[in-house]
Formats: sequence, C-alpha cells, structure tokens
Amino acid sequence: MSKQNKPQAAARPAREPFLYVTRRDQIPLGRAILIRVIAILLALIVCSVVTRVLTGDDPLSIYATIFHGAFGTGRMLVTLHDIAILLCISLAVTPAFRMRFWNTGAEGQVLIGCLSTAVCMLVLGGKVPDGLLILIMAVSAILSGVIWGVIPAFFKAHWNTNETLFTLMMNYVAIQLVEYFLKVADKTGSNVVGPDLLTHGWFPEIFGVKYLLNILIVAIVCIAMHIYLRYSKHGYEIAVVGESENTAHYIGIDVKKVIIRTMALSGAICGLAGLLLVGGSSHSIDSNLVDGRGFTAIMVSWLAKFDPFTMILTTLLLVFLARGADEVTSKFGLNSDFSEILTGIILFFIIGCEFFINYQVHFNHHKKEKAAPAAVSGEGN
Amino acid sequence: MNALELRNVTKRFGEKVIANDHVSLTVRRGEILAVLGENGSGKTTLMNMIAGIYHPDEGDIFVNGQPVTISSPRDAFRCGIGMVHQHFKLVDVFTATENIVLGVEDGKPYRLKEATRRVEEISARYGFEIDAKKKIYAMSVSEKQTVEIVKVLYRGAEILILDEPTAVLTPQETEKLFAVLRRMREDGKSIIIITHKLNEVLSLSDRVTVLHKGKNAGTVNTAETNEAQLTEMMVGQKVVLNIERKTPEDPTDRLIVREVSCLSRDGVQLLDRVTFTARAGEILGIAGIAGSGQRELLEAIAGLQPVTEGQILYEDPKSGETENLRDKTPLQIRELGVRLSFVPEDRLGMGLVSNMDIIDNMMLRSYRRGRSAFLDRQPPRELAERIIEDLGVVTPNATTPVRRLSGGNVQKVLVGREIASAPTVLMAAYPVRGLDINSSYLIYHLLNQQKEKGVAVIYVGEDLDVLLALCDRVIVLSGGRVTGTVDGRTATKEEVGLLMTKTEREGESHVKAE
Amino acid sequence: MEIIVSVIQRAILQGTPLLFGATGEILTEKSGNLNLGIPGIMYIGAISGVVGGFFYQNSAARVQPVPAILIPLLCCLAGSLLTSLLYCFLTVTLKANQNVTGLAITTFGVGVGNFFGGSLIKIVKSDVPYLALVKIAKAYKTTLPFAKDMGPIGQLFFSYGFLVYLAVILAVAVSLFLSRSRAGLYLRAVGENPATADAAGINVTRYKYLATCIGGMIAGLGGLFYIMDYSNGIWSNNGFGDRGWLAIAIVIFATWKPTMAILGSYLFGALYILFNYLNVPMRLLPLIQMLPYLVTIIVLVAVSIRKKRENQPPASLGLSYFREER
Repeated sequence: MSKQNKPQAAARPAREPFLYVTRRDQIPLGRAILIRVIAILLALIVCSVVTRVLTGDDPLSIYATIFHGAFGTGRMLVTLHDIAILLCISLAVTPAFRMRFWNTGAEGQVLIGCLSTAVCMLVLGGKVPDGLLILIMAVSAILSGVIWGVIPAFFKAHWNTNETLFTLMMNYVAIQLVEYFLKVADKTGSNVVGPDLLTHGWFPEIFGVKYLLNILIVAIVCIAMHIYLRYSKHGYEIAVVGESENTAHYIGIDVKKVIIRTMALSGAICGLAGLLLVGGSSHSIDSNLVDGRGFTAIMVSWLAKFDPFTMILTTLLLVFLARGADEVTSKFGLNSDFSEILTGIILFFIIGCEFFINYQVHFNHHKKEKAAPAAVSGEGN
Repeated sequence: MNALELRNVTKRFGEKVIANDHVSLTVRRGEILAVLGENGSGKTTLMNMIAGIYHPDEGDIFVNGQPVTISSPRDAFRCGIGMVHQHFKLVDVFTATENIVLGVEDGKPYRLKEATRRVEEISARYGFEIDAKKKIYAMSVSEKQTVEIVKVLYRGAEILILDEPTAVLTPQETEKLFAVLRRMREDGKSIIIITHKLNEVLSLSDRVTVLHKGKNAGTVNTAETNEAQLTEMMVGQKVVLNIERKTPEDPTDRLIVREVSCLSRDGVQLLDRVTFTARAGEILGIAGIAGSGQRELLEAIAGLQPVTEGQILYEDPKSGETENLRDKTPLQIRELGVRLSFVPEDRLGMGLVSNMDIIDNMMLRSYRRGRSAFLDRQPPRELAERIIEDLGVVTPNATTPVRRLSGGNVQKVLVGREIASAPTVLMAAYPVRGLDINSSYLIYHLLNQQKEKGVAVIYVGEDLDVLLALCDRVIVLSGGRVTGTVDGRTATKEEVGLLMTKTEREGESHVKAE
Repeated sequence: MEIIVSVIQRAILQGTPLLFGATGEILTEKSGNLNLGIPGIMYIGAISGVVGGFFYQNSAARVQPVPAILIPLLCCLAGSLLTSLLYCFLTVTLKANQNVTGLAITTFGVGVGNFFGGSLIKIVKSDVPYLALVKIAKAYKTTLPFAKDMGPIGQLFFSYGFLVYLAVILAVAVSLFLSRSRAGLYLRAVGENPATADAAGINVTRYKYLATCIGGMIAGLGGLFYIMDYSNGIWSNNGFGDRGWLAIAIVIFATWKPTMAILGSYLFGALYILFNYLNVPMRLLPLIQMLPYLVTIIVLVAVSIRKKRENQPPASLGLSYFREER
C-alpha cells in the first residue's frame, strides 16, 4: 500500500485561475445605483425585444403602449391602488426578512385576512352598523393574519423548523380554506363570492375618490414601518437578531420572543392588506384574489434592500410593467400572462446585478498577484 | 534521507504581518517531530503551507529530496502529505467510511464495503478503535479525530501533520493516540505534531523544533533536552514591558467563582470545578493554552454558558448584598444592578454588529434605557464621538459601519463602550490580539484606569510577558481546571508555562504515575 | 374490487406529475439548492413539449409515434434545462438569494406557460381552433398491448403510458444514485457541507449545476406528462394548478428520500381524487385537498422536533457557497 503512492516530484505548477472573485467591502452609493440602473435598462431592452418578437410592434410604440396602459386616462388610480396593495404586502414581509426569517407565506397570510373580512361582511352585514362592521372586519383580518404568521414562527423559535417550507405550505391551507368558504357561501358554484353577497362593510370613498382610503392607509403604514424599523427599540432588536444571533444573546435579547413578535407584526400587516383588498376595493373574494402578490412582495422587499421608501420605487417599476404588459396583450389580443414574463425578465436582471454590487471580479493579468488578494479593497476594477 | 525538508520558507499576510520568517526544518523517515511554540508563533501557518492550504511567498519544499510545488490539498496528497486540522472537516450525517472516501479518486469502482474493509484494515494495523459504520454526529471528539487520521492514512500519506491533536482529548485518549502514533513511526511514517504541551513533547517526539515569533528558535533532540530548556526557547528572552502597575488599594472581593463546572453539547467537560476570586481594584489575569476553558469561563460569568454545578457570587459594592449569578440570563444579571462589562474574544461576531455604524453599536448595551418605545440616538452619538476623540479611533465619522474599521480601531470602539457603562466588573478576552503596539498600550492603560477606579478587572491573555507585567494575580487554566495561582509581581514565565501544561488541579498532589 | 382498482389507477395518474417534480427537487435540494422555481420549471417543461408537439403535428402529414413522442420530450427537456441553467447561473455563479430567484423563476415559468398556451395559435397565425395535441397524446398514452387481456392485474400495473413507469424508474434510480454511487456521495457532501466537500477536492459548483439541471429536467417531465397523458394533449391555462408546490411538499413529506416520494406522490394523488369515491358533499372537497399540505406541515414539525439527523433537510439548503481566499 505504501509503495503505490510514491511522491511525484513537482506535482504540476500552481495553476492561476483566469479570474477570481472577492467579497466587496463597500461600494460607493453612486456606483451601486448605477449598476442597478444599467441592469434595469438592459432588462427593459430585453423586454422590448421579446415583445417585438411576439407582437411585431416596434419598440418605441411598445413603450408608448405600456406607458399608456399604466398611466393613461382613468388608469392612474387603478395603477396607484395596485402599487399600494403590493407595497402593503411588501412592507409586511420586510421586518421578518430583516431578521433573516424567510417568510414565503405572505400569500396565505393576506388571503386569510381576505377570508376573515369576507366572513364578517357576509355574516354580520346588515346586522350591525357599517362603521362597527368595518371595525370588526379590521380586527378579525389582522388577528387571522397574526395567527397565520405566528404558527410557523413559534416552531422556528423553539425547534428551528424550516420557516421557508412551513410558511409555503400554510399558503395552500389558506387557499383551500377560501375554496371551502366559497363552496359554502355561494350555492351557485361560481367560485367567487361577489359584491352581490358582500353588500355591507364597504370602505367609504373619501373626497369621492375610489380607493383613496386604501392608498392613504398604505402610505401611513409605509411611513410607520420606516419609523419602526429605523427608530424603535423593536426595530433595533430585529436588526441585531438578523445580523448576528450571537450578539443578540450577548446583550441579552430574547431571540425567540423577537422572532415571534416580528412574525406577528408581519402577519398583522398581511391581514390588513387582505382587509384592504376585500373591504376596500374588490368587495368580493376568490382563491386567486391575492394573485401571487404575496410572492412578488418577497422580491420587491429583497430588491429594495428591505427599505420601505425604496420599495415604493420597486413596486412602481413592477406594477408599471404589469399594467403596461396587460395593455400590450389586450391590444394584440394575446394572453394576459405576458406581464409575468416581463416581470420575470426584470427580476432576473435585478437579482443578477446584485452580484456586481456585493462581489468584485478580478482578472489575473500577471502571475505574482495571487499572494495578496486580501489587500484589494473595494475601489478600483 | 529526509522525508520532508523546508528551506527558508516565508509567509506574509498583508504588508506588516510576517507569519513565518525564513523557517527551515527537516523531518526524517520514521520519526516524530514536535513543532513547539506559543500561540501566534506561526506553527499552523507553516504546516498549512506543507498541506497546500497556503502557498509560501519564498522558500522551497523538498519531499524525499525532490523539490515540489504544493498548491492544493490534492497536491499535498500526491506528495504523500496529509494534515489533520484542528477544526475537523467532516460531514456530520455521513458514516466514518463515507467521510474517509470523500474525494478519493483511486480509479476503482465505488464499493463502500470494500472501503469499509480497508478502513478496518488500517485501524487494525495501527490500533485505532473505530466503528467504520458509525455516523459522525454520534461520535465523540476523539472518535472524530480518529476518522480524520484514518482519512489521511487511507489516502496513503507517508508524512502526517497533526495540528494540536491533544487539545480536545482527555489524558486517557491522549495516551491512546500516542500509542497509535508510535506504531506509525515504527511503520516508517513521518509525523509532525504541533503542540505547546511540554510533557507531550518529551514523552512522544524524537526531535523538537521550536518556533518563536515566526522564526525557528532551534531544533534539539528530545533525549538531550528538558522542560526548562524548551520553555526558555519557547517563551524567548524576557521582554521588558513598560506597563505601569500600581499596588492595589484595599482590594475587596467582588466576584467569587466557586466550583463552577460546565459541559459542551457533546458532553465534554469544558470547566472542571473552577474556583477563584476577582477583587475590586485589581487586575486578575487568566493564563492558559488556547481552548483551556477561558472562553467558557467568561461566558459562564456573563450568563451565556449554562453551568452544571457551582456558584458565581457577586458582592454588590452599593448594597453589600451577595447575588448568585448562576443560571441567570444576561438581561436578568443587568436587572439585578450588576454592572458587568465583557469584551469578548469574537469582537465582530459577538461584541459588535459589523454592519452597523459606531453609534448603533454604542447602543447595544444601553438601547433599552427609558420607557419610550423609540430609540434615543443622542446619548450614543455623544458617546461615540467621545470615544473617537478620547481613544483616537481612526474613522471617517461616527456613522461608519464598524466592519470598515481596522482591527485596533474596532477594539477601541468595543472597549470604549464596555468601559463607558461604568462597570464594577470588567472582563476582557484577548483584548490586544492582533493589535499594534500603540493600540495595545492604550488598552493596557484603559484597564489600569479601571483598576484604579475600583473595578474588578479580569484579563484573559496569551502573552505571558504582558500577563506578568499587567496583572496583580494570575490564575492558570489547563484543561478546564485551575492548575495554579501566582503573583504577577514575583512569578516567572517558566513557572506559568509549566502550570499551563499541568493536568492536576491546584493543590492536588502529584500522585498520578508518570 | 373494480372501485379499488380504479382508485389506485387514478391515484397513480394524479401522482405521476408530482413524483417527477418531487424526484427532481430532491436531487436539486441534495446539492443544497432550494429551488422554489420548480413549479415554474414544470410549466415550462409542459409548454415546451406542447410547442414542439404543436409544430410537429401541424407540419407532418401523418403523425408517427416515435417522433410524436421524441420531439415533445426533447423540447420539454431543453426548456427545463435552460430554465434550470438560468437558476444555477443566478444562485451558484452570481450567488443570488435562492428563495427570491426561485420565486422569480416560478413567476416567469407560469407566465411563459400560460402565455404561450393561450396565445400560441395567435402568434403563429395558425388556423386550428384551439391547442389540442390529441394525436400526440395518443402516442404518449400507448400502453402495453397485453394490458387489456389481463383483467385487474393488467389494469393496475400495465395500463399506463411509458412516462408513469419512467417516473418510478427515475425515482428509484435517483435513490440508488444517492445511496450507492460515488458521485451520489459527493453530491450529498456538497449539500451537507460544501466547505468540507471543497476541501476534499470536490468541484462544488459543478455538482450544484449538474444536480439542479438534471433535477429540473426530471421535474419538467412532470409537466409534460400532465399535458400529454393526463390531459389528453389539451392545454388549459392554470390547468396544472399548484401541483408544483405539492411536489415540493412531497419532498418534505418523503424526508428527502426518492423512494418515499413514490409513496407520497401516490398518496397525495389519492387524496386529490378521493372525494369522487366518498359520499361526501362537494363543498368538503377543499378540506380534503387541504390534507396533503397539513400532513406535510405535521411531518415538517415532527421531523424538526425529533431532530433525527437522517431526516433533516440538507444542512446547507438555501445557502450560497462562497470560498474565501485560502
């Protein structure tokens, strides 16, 4: 045995990799923004190429169509409302993400809020004054969101149960619960419980503008979330737990409590989004009401680096594209899922560009440099 | 012929740190060479270059007289060199055999049974006790180490490097390991063992190479040397440090640790009935080889490490009452009014949040203050600016994330914060590790200031010169036990060095047979 | 007797797409990649097969069984491969967050599936009224000739198209690969502890790419089966539903063991169609369909509380690997 492994002299010279990657220590803000802007521009170019291939329209006219779809007359408000709802859900998942709790269950948490709202509207509608009804709707929507969020958090905190998979599964429990409600509440089997049944508890129109109340509520939540994360003691604890559990223990933070409390907050805001969806805009419920926004919100929040105000921009971008794509598809009689393709393309580019913000690629030109890559700092190329 | 020879090997990290400075050494076939040195003397770096983890900046490596280039662990294996690292590289849910065959491309078809048989054959040949089918997670530390050694042998290594293999073993396990190593020597293998335990060196090795501050301080035949000579080579000439040390004024007992023990998650005894007293107005040093229980001891006091027996008593200087801190969380300790400050070894992973700025790091201790739900950043901002000014922290401003500060400045921020809360007990673990001379002296000065204010300071250090120049008393830990207490003014480095390698508890007689 | 045979038959048909998805995802997750894009990849696999089949059916004078099977199959594999490559490029090479990337892939994949499923005819200005690949489906549904003559045994075991058997074979093959082969051992090491695997000289990046891409192609076949066999070649938007997520649930249910996934898939498949045979009112249907998810949650919780190491997710699941300079 010992004979077969004769040391071979000069076991091939050290091979220098053509390029190697190091983590960036810091990047100037301007350059980070520039990288993102370039990524978005590239994505928009790819989007227009794809659109052109599929529709034959010329790129400029495509963007005119998209713009018209998003901000054309009479559409502004709907677009704003779409932004508000997506922003609301994105704000909801943010505190958990800051804590590195990967909540993929916003879809279900919102939907369960929708369900509670609808149940209240159906059961209590006409039996209590509308003002009181709205209050009850709000309490039950938020509470149900909290329950949906706290269950996985409890198991995560105590037994380290994988939260990504747990929250994911909770989505489908919520969806099936809604399906059940639809079957019970709507005898016709249409799979939608609409405004004809949910006649009471509609949010009032303020200043005679549809959806304005929803938009205002989300604006308040956005500001409140910014303050909560930045200036409150809770927000500070969330940041410490997310950055380093070791440090959290060291200064005596009860990590379990923070996990559960933060997920309760996440669930509550998701529940609120459900309330806004049913009570404030659609006045109807079906199992596809949230329409994947629970998942899109995860991406929005992540792309915005968990910053509430930046999220306004990312939601704006995604909603703008989605609404625009709808316009393109209806103009050419195509399928409305086109918007998801464009969303996907944009997301791929933004996800990919993060690499160039967090890491630095070095090319090996001369051989002797390998010894000190640690000395290379964030500057330079 | 020499199995392995290093000639003038040099390794630098960055521009200032020279880990190895023109080190030459030789290993003969069928011999055990001990590489001896204090922490930070460059032993591990040197061995990592032989094992293909690092590449030397200068110098040559010869295997069986032939010059070789080793740029990866695979290259090292091709040269018949295998290294057992201090931190095991094993997959927990795999069996011993599965771990052993990982990455072995011998061109034969994959048969686990055949591999198991070979593992058992190797074990039988050298007298390992190993269950080839046992999963790693179910193994004790010494079993895991056995797997690592067999892994190296399985790859046909003729030269084995073991990095502090006994640091994690009980005396009995150590004896077994040594028996195995002797059998390998008889089999013609060459073994390099890194250690800083003198008794092991003397009982096991044929020759000893001593490293001191990255340089080869000499090689001697084990038969011709003794503990005193080795200690002298290892610790070097006594360095005169210019650290002022005032006589403690009227020291009173502040923290009494009594018979404290604790276990690791695997059931290994980390602390074994540790007893000592820290007094107000005094600096108590804790000496010991790395991993002798220093970290666990400080964490047990801070409420971060569960204690299985004993008491941690705190004498409150204000009320005169005695509190038992055992089994209390850090928060509960605070709520008792105990002002305990702790500068942990892991500065950026524990003491500070590396992505937060200096101001937010200042708040870690104090953010709970007040009834408001919101943070008041004004006091921490003022504190941050004061520390930057007073301690000369080099930073663009107080809103710079601490990860962007250099090591010395990070430590100034951390120590500054811990001192700012006006502690009654201040614990500092390796507070000058990696710091330049000026920063180190600043830290010594700060600790002395605290001592004069009547704080009970506990200083865990690795440099014996500093420990003996700074501390009023020094307790020595070895294998989780207190093996001695010495007076910092009268003790010698050799005295402390010997206590660091002792296995008997302080006061117990040497009844154990040699 | 007949009812039992029919229940099992339909459970197997329902379970087969899930089994493809679960087997693919297990292989992927064993490399440490939590690919939440699997639902999207299954859509893309399905639509790629449909597009390939559509062009073949519309161009060939007579539909021959061999190309009718091979063309959609190869298209399906190519589509799934490309999407998986995109996922790998983003998460392995560019080290992006796996959850976010996976969800984006799903958004994109479902969009691509539904868009082309709904608009293909319009885009190519074809004159067929709707997207139906009946002739091709017939090829996919070809069973062994003697199945009819064997009574219940034949119905139970031999009455399916070849993809049903392929699903089982792949699950068993992946299981054997993971437990018996050197590459399987290396792959598991990569998923458990990439740093250790790297130190042992295993190419972590290559294993992650290979496992994720092959896993994605296996999952894509689930989409193809659903269209070509289960739905008789007729595309309907969102018809595939949440089967992709159910496949991910099965991975947990099976505690990352492909052979257990066979059982899990057929069990979940049975739950899907069970209501047809029970005398329960239609409105209880959603509650029955909720069961697979509830069972999965219970398994997930039980596994984490019991902490039996063999049943845990791969230790590095969801984390990108970055080797610091060494």
